[in-house]
Amino acid sequence: MTAREPIQPAEGCASSTPGGGSRREFLGTAVAAVATTLTGCGKLSHEEFLQHNFRELSKDEVRDVIARLEREYKEKYGREVKVANTAPLPGVIFGYALDLSRCIGCRRCVHACVKENNQSRSPEVQWIRVLELEKEEGVNLQHADQYYDPAEVPREGHFYMPVQCQQCKKPPCVKVCPVGATWREKDGITVVDYNWCIGCRYCMAACPYGARHFNWGEPNLPPDQVNPDTHYLGNRPRPKGVVEKCTFCIQRTRKGLYPACVEICPTGSRKFGNLLDKTSEIRYILENKRVFKLKEELNTQPNFFYFYGV
Amino acid sequence: MKELVVRRLSPPARTAGLLVILGLAALANPPAPPSTPPPTPPSATAQEGIQVPKPPFSEGIFPCSSCHDGKSMKVNLQRRELTGMHGDIILNHGPESRWCLDCHDPANRDRLRLASGERIGFDTSYQLCGQCHGDKFRDWRVGVHGKRTGSWNGAKQYLLCVHCHNPHSPRFQALKPMPPPTRPEQIQSRKGGAL
Ligand code: SF4
Ligand code: SF4
Repeated sequence: MTAREPIQPAEGCASSTPGGGSRREFLGTAVAAVATTLTGCGKLSHEEFLQHNFRELSKDEVRDVIARLEREYKEKYGREVKVANTAPLPGVIFGYALDLSRCIGCRRCVHACVKENNQSRSPEVQWIRVLELEKEEGVNLQHADQYYDPAEVPREGHFYMPVQCQQCKKPPCVKVCPVGATWREKDGITVVDYNWCIGCRYCMAACPYGARHFNWGEPNLPPDQVNPDTHYLGNRPRPKGVVEKCTFCIQRTRKGLYPACVEICPTGSRKFGNLLDKTSEIRYILENKRVFKLKEELNTQPNFFYFYGV
Repeated sequence: MKELVVRRLSPPARTAGLLVILGLAALANPPAPPSTPPPTPPSATAQEGIQVPKPPFSEGIFPCSSCHDGKSMKVNLQRRELTGMHGDIILNHGPESRWCLDCHDPANRDRLRLASGERIGFDTSYQLCGQCHGDKFRDWRVGVHGKRTGSWNGAKQYLLCVHCHNPHSPRFQALKPMPPPTRPEQIQSRKGGAL
């Protein structure tokens, strides 16, 4: 059974994909209709439709799912896309620290993130938002502007605060998900199973950091801009109608690399490492610098810290 | 890679210090790009296990001794305005009290000179900077100040102070920001529903 022919959408959705008829016969019209409801006018193979939550899959099933995805990406983008399934490293909980006294608001990190993580390019989905704040006001989010665009940064009298997923120890986004499509991994990274996400966007409402983003349309990812080095729970190309967010570059960091935003930052404001490693720079920062957490009063307990390096 | 030139400085602390006055046009140009994912093999020493990329010399300028060979040109210890060569260097790093030969070794221009008189190579210039900016040097060594790339649980590459700071004029330079996010009202919906 070649299972990649998409289910034909119900009336009202034009589709040019052949093979829908047999699919319907196979699955039964009712199931096809349900699948159509779930995916709007998108395509959904029956394996995808019947796929379990990623956490419930056996090793063999994971292998099959990944093989199917790689095949689909190949068809869609005309190039090899690797989907890894690297597990959390034992003895590692990731922490991030950002030096507010250094960040100049240049947004290099924002765009490196878009590239690395295969976000939609138009409209561009950005996982990192850099807030411009007034020095006189301090960290007062009511005076924050994310759309600033002067000829040069930093602007006199201002400082900059990039905000992305804080990888909370008590993530409200996970708590509210009605289908368990999002969870916190052992290394502290909150992930989303895009194939299990039903797009209800409860998590977006629950996240106090605006860290989650919804694909209202089919992500516009030109084939030549695809980063082929992906992870199932991270930067693999997403379908329309799912929520996505920063995963501390799970595809890189579980291999020992720094996240893309750390690598690009021209001011060295961004620091990353293992919170359980006493010799890491992240521990040094927590122990020796002035550190704070954003919206600490909400008790989300971020593993993302802001500090003042001077 | 223009972005590397930039650095936010804490103003008062910076002007205080000694400088790295390279008597070369060394840093007139933006420094070499950081190697993004895999670090290029460090050319320089691994003193204290610190691996750094090549110092950001302007092309064709090093070794300095190809001009400053001690024969064709006599060492001139006089503080003065440079007219012949190196006119592009703006000394804005404690200009009242500093001069090229405070940091560049008069006898061997291919080396730098610490306050103690000890000569060091350009690839360990952080020692020179660290004489005055001790707090920053300490933070740099533990990876808090400045930039490290490579792997968070393995080999790291550090940038030298001079990869981000022009040693002759170390104050931060402004940078053009990359584009902001699209405002929701500017997102055009496409035919057939969302985007
Ligand atoms: S790249 Fe670095 S300096 Fe630029 S906005 Fe991001 S964190 Fe700030
Ligand atoms: S920052 Fe938001 S998306 Fe990230 S873990 Fe916390 S609540 Fe969830």
